[in-house]
Amino acid sequence: MKTQKPIVHIRGLRKSFGDHVVLHGIDFDVAPSQVVVVIGPSGSGKSTFLRCCNGLEKPDRGDVEICGHSLCEGGQMLGDQALNHLREQVGMVFQSFNLFAHLSVIDNITVGPRKVRGVSKQQAEAEALVLLEKVGLEQKAHAMPASLSGGQKQRVAIARALAMQPQVMLFDEPTSALDPELVGEVLQVMKVLASEGMTMMVVTHEMDFAREVADIVVVMDGGVLIESGPPEVIFTNPTQGRTRDFLRAILTRA
Amino acid sequence: MALDFSPVFSGCYKLLQGASVTVEITALALVLGCLMGLAVGVGRLKPERRVVYALCSGYVAVIRGTPLLVQLFLLFFGLPQFNIMLPAFFCGVIGLGIYSGAYVSEIVRGAIQSIDRGQMEAARSLGMPYGTAMRTIILPQALVRMIPPLGNEFIALIKNSALVSLLTIHDVMHEGQKIISVSYRSLEVYLAIALVYFILTGATTLALRRIEQHLRAGGMVQ
Ligand SMILES: Nc1ncnc2c1ncn2[C@@H]1O[C@H](COP(=O)(O)OP(=O)(O)OP(=O)(O)O)[C@@H](O)[C@H]1O
Ligand SMILES: [Mg+2]
Repeated sequence: MKTQKPIVHIRGLRKSFGDHVVLHGIDFDVAPSQVVVVIGPSGSGKSTFLRCCNGLEKPDRGDVEICGHSLCEGGQMLGDQALNHLREQVGMVFQSFNLFAHLSVIDNITVGPRKVRGVSKQQAEAEALVLLEKVGLEQKAHAMPASLSGGQKQRVAIARALAMQPQVMLFDEPTSALDPELVGEVLQVMKVLASEGMTMMVVTHEMDFAREVADIVVVMDGGVLIESGPPEVIFTNPTQGRTRDFLRAILTRA
Repeated sequence: MALDFSPVFSGCYKLLQGASVTVEITALALVLGCLMGLAVGVGRLKPERRVVYALCSGYVAVIRGTPLLVQLFLLFFGLPQFNIMLPAFFCGVIGLGIYSGAYVSEIVRGAIQSIDRGQMEAARSLGMPYGTAMRTIILPQALVRMIPPLGNEFIALIKNSALVSLLTIHDVMHEGQKIISVSYRSLEVYLAIALVYFILTGATTLALRRIEQHLRAGGMVQ
């Protein structure tokens, strides 16, 4: 497999909300261009895990390193300015899209490059149009988010994240809020990204996507990574009983 | 006793002059109130910033917990004991502005907190600093939601401004009372004064409704 220096490097990551420990010391590496799919039952800490990777949640303990820069070292967060800077390297796509409701599609995509990277309006718009074409929505450039379908919103959200030219993309259940017929168009965009070599961490229940695209599938339960490996191993021959139970529940539901 | 509006008609010019002072004082107080309200409302968003939060909360508690008239008198009659003599008009603007700022701050805070948390998270995950995200993403959306409650606050401010007549400011209330003191036509003059306030508040209501419709048409409000 890939042997380069990991682009995401996590050691002893612990996170609690009050007395409730959500992540119990997680160790994990992601190599450049790797696609990691994270699965696990509801409440197992998948979202929290992802959110610790871009500093939306502040770990209690442990190290998180992104692209060789320390986001959190021994539970000590990076300063605000450096943290903002590092976040540019890490794109995030949310289950609920979170498009900026008062901005048109193109402004949603250009606001980051313009306000954060100081890119000119013309250049940002030119880049945004390229991204919109990539997600198949160039004709929606001037639409407002409220007028888009869920699948279109999520594709705009992906384009918005890509506009910052991130090194890593985090997806937190990107298709869970979508009507079933709209899931495919979003997964398609993600497959293209993966094939272009984007490093991705994806929380999803789309097992076909995982089977097809993931290099590694990680199973979380109770705030612990209980098992990880290539999809063909995890799906056909898991070592953990809890993985089997979870997969059975997912597959019978689908 | 028959009604006699002739003192109102002959004092019409004075009343209008007074009305324009009322408009001036409320408009200035409004600007001050909005600026203070914005600053204090934002200052109360993060309790973990203890000092700012405590200062802002203290201001809101004191202002909302004491009568406006007492606040105005403290400024105008109380401060001179420290040799701080502020002109009456200035006291009126400051007093009303500080008073309405406390209420505006609650409107600002409520509107900001009503914006989905995901908007801030999406902005921060693009690498935006907190302040930039607040200015470019959160506040523009919150502003639209502030308009109806702000309208109510403006109207309250216009009506509350009648109290500044007690600081020797020649607003419409004060001018009316001068007319009464020579004509003894209290009922007629107070009716005229009421009409002036009613026109001012009515115009404000209409203007705000227009603004809201405009924003709605622009797709700013769902
Ligand atoms: N901000 C928070 N405050 C308090 N508790 C939280 C917070 N966020 C998450 N939790 C708790 O942490 C645990 C893990 O939550 P998390 O959202 O990471 O799980 P998840 O695996 O993403 O679940 P789901 O599949 O439902 O999205 C849950 O018990 C949740 O209630
Ligand atoms: Mg989740």
